Amino acid sequence: MNDPILSVRELSKKFGGFTAVDRISFDVARGEIFGFLGANGAGKTTAMRMLCGLSYPTSGSGTVAGCDVMRESERIKRRIGYMSQRFSLYDDLTVLENIRLYGGIYGLSRRRILRRAVEILRRLDFRSESRTLVGALPLGWKQKLAFSVATLHRPELVFLDEPTGGVDPITRRQFWELIYEAAAGGTTVFVTTHYMDEAEYCSRVSVMVDGRIRALGTPAALKKQYAVATMDEVFRTLARGAKRSE
Amino acid sequence: MERSDCAIEVSGLTKRYGALTALDGVSFRVGRGELFGLIGPDGAGKTTLFRLIATLLTPDAGTASVDGFDIGRDARRIRARVGYMPGRFSLYPDLSVGENLDFFASLFGVRIADHSDLIAPIYRQIEPFRRRRAGKLSGGMKQKLALCCALIHRPSVLLLDEPTTGVDAVSRSEFWDMLSELRTKGISMLVSTPYMDEAQRCGRIALCDKGRVLAVDTPAGTAARFDGALYALSGPDMYGLLLAARAAHGVRECYPFGAVHHLIPGRGFSAERFVAELAGKGFRNAELRPAEAGIEDVFIRLMRHE
Amino acid sequence: MIMRGFMSFVRKETLHILRDPRTMLIVLLMPVIQVLLFGFAMSTEVTDVRVAVVAPHRTEGVRQAVRRIAANPCFTLRGYVDGTQIDAVLRSGEADAVAVFAADYDRRMNALELGEAAGEAVQLVFDASNTNTASAGAGYLQSVLTADVRSGPLPETRLLYNPQMKSSYNFVPGIMGMIFMLICAMMTSVSIVREKETGTMEVLLVSPVRPLRIVAAKMVPYFLLSCFNLATIPLLARCVLEVPLSGNLAGIACLSLLYLLLALAFGLLISTFADKQATALLISGMLLLMPVVMLSGLAFPIENMPRILRVVSCAVPTRWYIEAVRKLMIEGLPFAAVMKEVAILAAMTAVLTAAAIRKFNDKLE
Repeated sequence: MNDPILSVRELSKKFGGFTAVDRISFDVARGEIFGFLGANGAGKTTAMRMLCGLSYPTSGSGTVAGCDVMRESERIKRRIGYMSQRFSLYDDLTVLENIRLYGGIYGLSRRRILRRAVEILRRLDFRSESRTLVGALPLGWKQKLAFSVATLHRPELVFLDEPTGGVDPITRRQFWELIYEAAAGGTTVFVTTHYMDEAEYCSRVSVMVDGRIRALGTPAALKKQYAVATMDEVFRTLARGAKRSE
Repeated sequence: MERSDCAIEVSGLTKRYGALTALDGVSFRVGRGELFGLIGPDGAGKTTLFRLIATLLTPDAGTASVDGFDIGRDARRIRARVGYMPGRFSLYPDLSVGENLDFFASLFGVRIADHSDLIAPIYRQIEPFRRRRAGKLSGGMKQKLALCCALIHRPSVLLLDEPTTGVDAVSRSEFWDMLSELRTKGISMLVSTPYMDEAQRCGRIALCDKGRVLAVDTPAGTAARFDGALYALSGPDMYGLLLAARAAHGVRECYPFGAVHHLIPGRGFSAERFVAELAGKGFRNAELRPAEAGIEDVFIRLMRHE
Repeated sequence: MIMRGFMSFVRKETLHILRDPRTMLIVLLMPVIQVLLFGFAMSTEVTDVRVAVVAPHRTEGVRQAVRRIAANPCFTLRGYVDGTQIDAVLRSGEADAVAVFAADYDRRMNALELGEAAGEAVQLVFDASNTNTASAGAGYLQSVLTADVRSGPLPETRLLYNPQMKSSYNFVPGIMGMIFMLICAMMTSVSIVREKETGTMEVLLVSPVRPLRIVAAKMVPYFLLSCFNLATIPLLARCVLEVPLSGNLAGIACLSLLYLLLALAFGLLISTFADKQATALLISGMLLLMPVVMLSGLAFPIENMPRILRVVSCAVPTRWYIEAVRKLMIEGLPFAAVMKEVAILAAMTAVLTAAAIRKFNDKLE
């Protein structure tokens, strides 16, 4: 792979005697939609936190958006976008205020924030809602807005942690179109999900089991490898063998 | 269905929070021993519906009954015969698995051994972690423990509000296996889920959105409600293909659906012409074939018609 | 079976407390720290008041009086100064007070002792920049100087029960009032609201257990914790701060139990308003702690408050509790002397309990 945006080798994270992430190595190419799957407790969240610069690896090496995962976690945070299902926007601020806030956090100029805000509101068809409190928006709208805010500073790489939980099927598809669009525009998307149909939307997926990456490839290749029809079956085949069910 | 056969009967149930109508005239019946699914996204009013049936809320209009007991008049009777598992993890994270079980058993004045046939298959799976704090269990194990606690007094009706949300695909599937097993023991169940694929595991389902029930039917019956043609479109560059398909002549709708895109043809659509049109735009290897509609397709269509 | 259910509830609550060692430590250590803090550091009592003396004629009578000042542990004698230096000594901070003996001190004292009219024998000049020390010190110094004057019109202030104005005496009832309110009301409300927040309350409400039994079971461990504090605070005060615990311990205990019930009812009431732990904390912190500290007489004497605040303070239960404990603990009065306070507290408890039960229902709305 030429010039991957994310490249890690033998990355591990130990908590005391427990190895949450066990020597994972993989690359993510620029412009890819990379699905990061795994059963509960497989070490997915821990791995993602290391890649986002939120926690230090115990051992291993790697780069994320051109920054060293061991030494440059602060630089990583500035270069990536991050959206989690749990937290992303302030419910008691309006749509516009949230955009301004995050623009400020990422050090965008006032003019640029304004320009991006107009773009986002137009793209999401939110123009009439710019002064609505985020808390009053339906969940699906919030998620879409959260994604736009996470990519406000046009990061090269954006991490999405279960972005579509609890969203209706139409909004879920609209959300994925936003992801497609961002990827087509050159942003690399790193996404976790529990919806296996969404795994099919990814360029490539990896499946973590017991702290290790057990499978990695395009959905089509994985389905072929395991001789099954859906990603759901691929996932179940792999995860059923998990020893670390907890 | 005769009323006496109903485990749950809901009729015109409405609940408002200020200006927001969380539940808007919902009606359906759950037969005895039935596994009934409420399928819908967040904000569909599922949790409100559960709380109304569990007598934790008072409806603004409409009635509901559990085993023939009215939620308004016989709240206490209902509470004694339902097992309720709220959406959030509703156990004590600082107590161990065993302590949680003991506590809930004593809450209902029973011993775990009394109903071992019911909970034993589930309990066996969590028993190795008996001494572990409940908060340290994985999502799947937590749900199993919560199910054990909800079953501890052998309820006749089980209310499960999004038991599989945030749980991985394998644990979800295991959880549904357990529910199928419980069904054979005559327990009636009302289960909600935002995952469309889980609808297949229910006897009958109600599709809900924005406080309303869009359709009630068996999973197969629901899928069969999709009238008209449906195609599956696939090829390299799926996103480009999606945009091109939408712009093509005679296409009413096209949306991603797993590994393929689902395409709903409009008036004057012709498959041959469509493939030719795509090829003209550079999508030479696009493949279009007729597809069978699923519950999700029906849901999307019903939502659009609202 | 009912008792078994109840006891398992209590067991569960106890486990919650035990599993959260930080909170438990705070609950158990806070009273100790506060007793010591108030007792030693934040005292307003008279210690180490430096006294300079102005005496035109150092007669035997004057020297005797000065010796009495020097011998008293509360005062440090800074020696004699000239009458013109009074202002300078006080300003420079060399002394906190100056005792100015009249030129004919002996004669005036004799006259006073005989009950005859005479001018003031000693004038006390205090640096009042610290009003507490000034007023307390002045009173005490006066009493030291006039110790041998048995009768006479010399205006004297007798400081009974706590002649050195040791503030710890007053703070012990105050701390008890505050700690019980904190532990019972705050902890109970937070622990009830936590169950609402995590969703376990939903399951409990849907169980056949009556909601009020749930709540009662929650109160038991906090009640017991408070009883522990009820025992330790006076003990600590007695052993470390050497506060004489005169009086009616059974009476104090009865009074405190009533006050504990009141605080528990308060906590229950708060829990019916709040649906988040943070809200419960904020309400109990702002709505409870502030008035308890400010208006109960714990930090500021009620007599010195403006009229309106004095009226408001009547609504603060802690005020009555502190007053009653002071009477029993410090003044050693019989229980009959605090019947008014007991009646007020009992009425407040009844009202709060009724309000809490009324507001607490078995629904989520």
